[in-house]
Amino acid sequence: MDTSVERIYREESGRVLATLIRLLGSFDVAEEVMQDAFATALEQWPRQGIPDNPRAWLVSTAHHKAVDRFRRESCFNSKREELQKIAVLEQQLAESEDNMLRQPAEDGIGDDRLRLIFTCCHPALMLEAQVALTLRTLCGLSTEEIARAFLVPLATMSQRLVRAKQKIRDARIPYRVPPEGELAARLEAVMLVVYLVFNEGYSAISGDAAVRRELCSEAIRLGRLIRELLPGQSEAGALLALMLLHHSRRSARTDARGEVVLLEEQDRSLWSQQEIREGLGLVESALRGSPAGPYALQAAIAAIHAQAARAEETDWKQIVLLYQALLRVQPSPVVELNHAAAVAMAIGPAEGLRLLDGLEGKQELREYYLLPAARGDLLRRLRQWPEAALAYRRALALTSNEAARAFLSRRLAEMEARA
Amino acid sequence: MQYLLLIYGNEQSFGKMANPERDAILQEYGDFTKSIAQSGHYRGGNELAETSTATTVRVRDKKRLVTDGPFAETKEQLGGYYLVEAKDLDEAIALAARIPSARWGSIEVRPIIPHDMP
Repeated sequence: MDTSVERIYREESGRVLATLIRLLGSFDVAEEVMQDAFATALEQWPRQGIPDNPRAWLVSTAHHKAVDRFRRESCFNSKREELQKIAVLEQQLAESEDNMLRQPAEDGIGDDRLRLIFTCCHPALMLEAQVALTLRTLCGLSTEEIARAFLVPLATMSQRLVRAKQKIRDARIPYRVPPEGELAARLEAVMLVVYLVFNEGYSAISGDAAVRRELCSEAIRLGRLIRELLPGQSEAGALLALMLLHHSRRSARTDARGEVVLLEEQDRSLWSQQEIREGLGLVESALRGSPAGPYALQAAIAAIHAQAARAEETDWKQIVLLYQALLRVQPSPVVELNHAAAVAMAIGPAEGLRLLDGLEGKQELREYYLLPAARGDLLRRLRQWPEAALAYRRALALTSNEAARAFLSRRLAEMEARA
Repeated sequence: MQYLLLIYGNEQSFGKMANPERDAILQEYGDFTKSIAQSGHYRGGNELAETSTATTVRVRDKKRLVTDGPFAETKEQLGGYYLVEAKDLDEAIALAARIPSARWGSIEVRPIIPHDMP
């Protein structure tokens, strides 16, 4: 029986919380009364059985608890506003539970979770706060877990969350999906936050591995939700594809000692074929959107890697073309760097080096260790050992990521042995 | 709910502007004010005289200290404001984006906390 409450918590808590935030207008009260409602469920359901509509039961129980709480508080301090608020909440309760669950249709998209995503990812909040709030309210991570994932002290993270919730309340950030005209621009921010959540889990191999892999799964879950709720947006499907294709490699990305294994050296039998299949299907339909957006192009690149049974079979010419398309829709020095690396694979390391020369001195890449690391790799392929060693040394000086340092040190030692 | 839209810009470059250009901007401001008055958002607003005319007052240990200007060496100065009624931050942001100076300066959007008169 306990396991049923647990299962319902897993499946329904996100939806219940989102609805409570809409009804109560407060993130904190909604979180507290939802916990209270689940505690009551844990007590009552084993004796009385699970209600027919557990979600409606939870929303209504939590709602009752919120009214009780407001009433208790207003005994001490009976402001007009608070009394009005209680009246509204009681009115809601007087209507049926079904009415509470029914979503207001003014924004045309009836899902409280989607409204909540757009509220958490409002551009009037700091990007860090957007990510943290999304993890807290939509993914249900604890403040401790989020602080650990972002390597900041717990107090800093709680402050950040408190400030964000206050701003939503005091500046009145609306709880709704933006209207058609603003949707595209706002969806971009939402997708960026979801992708940042994913990357936080994906790129940092060191640290608390358990929390970080969990972040990838949560981002994928959010990606699925957005795609389900906005099926007309091809980039939403593309983002999900991109995350699935990266995530499919998780078991092959580190070795037994926890060190990074490069894509070309990974044991491809460890890749999750199920996720690759799903990702490939999504990429195909995303590419039908024209012109293909940045997530669709990145997902297409990941798809080509995923389709090669062995590293040598990778279709680098196709990847070069995709990077060129990506440079047109989303030019950036990092994309240029990746393009150069793909050219080196498709044509040859010398051609790649020529492109890297053009990137030297770019402000954005000055501190970016992957630029000298890429140079080192191409020089290594050209058997120019001392020059390669020099590049690896420069890369080492620019990164403090332990996994990256271990890899670069190993390459540097190889170069020094040959020089 | 009310919001104060604070208009920041570089007053020096505005001062150096040629007359026809300034007139065009003032005309645009007039049109904007009229349109938000008609739509029922307008609650008040004014242009401020240059910061060189500003005086700062402090009281420390019951003594009054009066000094010249705000001293912050910022590139943009507060040059005016609108007080508007909007249903939420998105509506306030939409109004702020229509203020002519938003295209070269910046607009700070601040919610007003209502206080009852004693």
